[in-house]
Amino acid sequence: MSARDKILGRLRAHMPAEAMMPPVLEAHYAPRARGESKAERLRRFRTGIEGFQAQVHLTTEDDWPTLLSALCAQKQVHTLMFGGLTPAGRRLMTTRFETTVLRSWEGQVETLKADLFHRVDAALTHARGAIAETGSLILWSSPEEPRTLSLVPPLHFVLLDAATIHPTFFDALRYENWAAGLPTNALLVSGPSKTADIQQTLAYGAHGPKELIVLVINAEGEAS
Amino acid sequence: MSVQTPSSPASNAGQPLAFVSAQALRERMHEAVNDTHLRQSFRGAMDFLMAKRAVQFPDPEELDSLRVLSEHIRQYSLSKLPDLLEQLETSLVRNGVQVHWAETPDEANAIMLEIARRHAAKLIVKGKSMVSEEIEFNHAMEAAGIGALESDMGEYIVQLAGEKPSHIIMPAIHQTKQQIAKLFAEHIPGVEYTDNVDALIQIGRRVLREKFEEADIGLSGVNFAVAETGTLCLVENEGNGRMCTTVPKVHIAITGIEKVVEKLEHVAPLFSILTRSATGQAVSTYFNMITGPRRSTDQDGPEEVHLVLLDNGRSQAYADEQLRKTLQCIRCGACMNHCPVYTRIGGHAYGTTYPGPIGKIISPHMMGLEQTHLLPTASSLCGACGEVCPVKIPIPELLIRLRGEAQSAPRADPAMVGQGAAYDPKISLLWKMWAGLYSRPSTYRAFSWLATRFRALTPARQRGWTAARTPLKPAPRRLRDMLKDRT
Repeated sequence: MSARDKILGRLRAHMPAEAMMPPVLEAHYAPRARGESKAERLRRFRTGIEGFQAQVHLTTEDDWPTLLSALCAQKQVHTLMFGGLTPAGRRLMTTRFETTVLRSWEGQVETLKADLFHRVDAALTHARGAIAETGSLILWSSPEEPRTLSLVPPLHFVLLDAATIHPTFFDALRYENWAAGLPTNALLVSGPSKTADIQQTLAYGAHGPKELIVLVINAEGEAS
Repeated sequence: MSVQTPSSPASNAGQPLAFVSAQALRERMHEAVNDTHLRQSFRGAMDFLMAKRAVQFPDPEELDSLRVLSEHIRQYSLSKLPDLLEQLETSLVRNGVQVHWAETPDEANAIMLEIARRHAAKLIVKGKSMVSEEIEFNHAMEAAGIGALESDMGEYIVQLAGEKPSHIIMPAIHQTKQQIAKLFAEHIPGVEYTDNVDALIQIGRRVLREKFEEADIGLSGVNFAVAETGTLCLVENEGNGRMCTTVPKVHIAITGIEKVVEKLEHVAPLFSILTRSATGQAVSTYFNMITGPRRSTDQDGPEEVHLVLLDNGRSQAYADEQLRKTLQCIRCGACMNHCPVYTRIGGHAYGTTYPGPIGKIISPHMMGLEQTHLLPTASSLCGACGEVCPVKIPIPELLIRLRGEAQSAPRADPAMVGQGAAYDPKISLLWKMWAGLYSRPSTYRAFSWLATRFRALTPARQRGWTAARTPLKPAPRRLRDMLKDRT
């Protein structure tokens, strides 16, 4: 008999005859729903993620490429990598960057790995959404924006549409029905990478990005 | 074999770090209690973690509701465990993940060694995984000539020092920054002594980034495995978990069979209560949900993903309705942070992979009561662990149950391996007599009358009690007699 059959056999022999009633998650979440405005959700998201040392800039659909260009110059980004096939990527192709070399992701990671680790200073990806309660960005990997793009370069820019901010993680995955089809990698990101493993002293830039900069579009009604 | 004390790091680096016997627990506790540096490290760290947790739960009503829900999700999942494991396997296989089952640590290591050999792997980079500690993964790989490198900063430090983690969430909590600075300067070529924490982290980052790039295999644990979608969820702050599961060509995840939940939405409350209970963070930097290897359209990610499901005594705990609650655990470490015993002796004194209250109730299933029967006695039963447990495991009740299992006369069909390991017929008889005397008014009255009259005959040495206390002696007069005198 295989290990699988033996383990399952032991568990089955003692499994309760009747399964418990399934948990009802609404009972916890519904009474705490806030019915807040879009601006209030953005404010909560911003407070949350800024508390984790991320920078947030409010901008517009028209202006974000220019802002990104200015931030790249200010941060002395030599090479910025992005997904060339996304709508944001196509916008970037037509934007003038003074000092930064734009490079779109081409091909499989194997041909790019050394550059990603040693020569790309920053990356831009878009966020699928965000979570107000915890100040988290939702990133889904895709062929256009692969997993390593938001992980390996030391500076990570994220483009977020304020209309896609959910009150809680539960709301996001329930109302977008994530269970019906997940990407290879779905991620919540709340700030640059960090650690407190040495004497509980917080240090940023552990293994992932050292800096996280969020460009929020569609944030009308919110002062900058 | 004695446990490595934190004050003498690296002395057994490269040596087998096999599980140490829990029999010498008292001796190790004594040593730990007398180590003032260790006491300060743990006191400071535990105060810090308790305060941070408290800030995350400003609303007791919300905390209560979330705990009840989290407990329900875990108990519900366990009530269907074999079904969910099969559903998980089906979903994972559909996603292209290879699923392996292991009854013992040796089987788990053999499975992973076979994968490593098939890929001619030289280096495995590891994200934080307590199950890999439980099975002595690093030692098994090294014995086969394959490097296994910890990449969580705390685990990396502990590995450099030749130690084991002293806390399940903060593995290097017993080390000061000066000790770590010395360790780095000694072990990493070209590094000079610095006790600046930012500088130390940047050194670790530089060294380990090279390894992420060159490693053949990445290993990780699993915080939650979702049956309906075949998704493996990982909670972390550093990004090393993402590195290990994204960059190498092969990703192996290992987990205990109890970590499965039915629905994706079940992870939302568990994730929230986990980070808040563990480190007092509203959320961790990363929550990583992996659903399969690189797809045909993907540009990166591992080409192979494996999941190893480990039993190692968990099905024994499952078989008993009360002991099954042990498996509700989501490994937040709040029970150790709030434990007065853990705070005073630190994680190494227990001599088991999982220290603190959760270690005392899970280790007996993994190692048997012969080796671990003293662990449940290392508790004042103050109840703090049960009070803070995010999934409401009745840890004090389980400690009493395990004491009973160890002390009772060996039975024909025991609930666990090593039942009766601490059985002593003389002590057992003594307690039976005690219970007999105290449970009937007539015998109790006679006994107390005799005890007060013959108090001079009370022995001066009373086993463990008098090791650090004055002897117990009956009072000269009984309470009932004193009450009678009142007018």
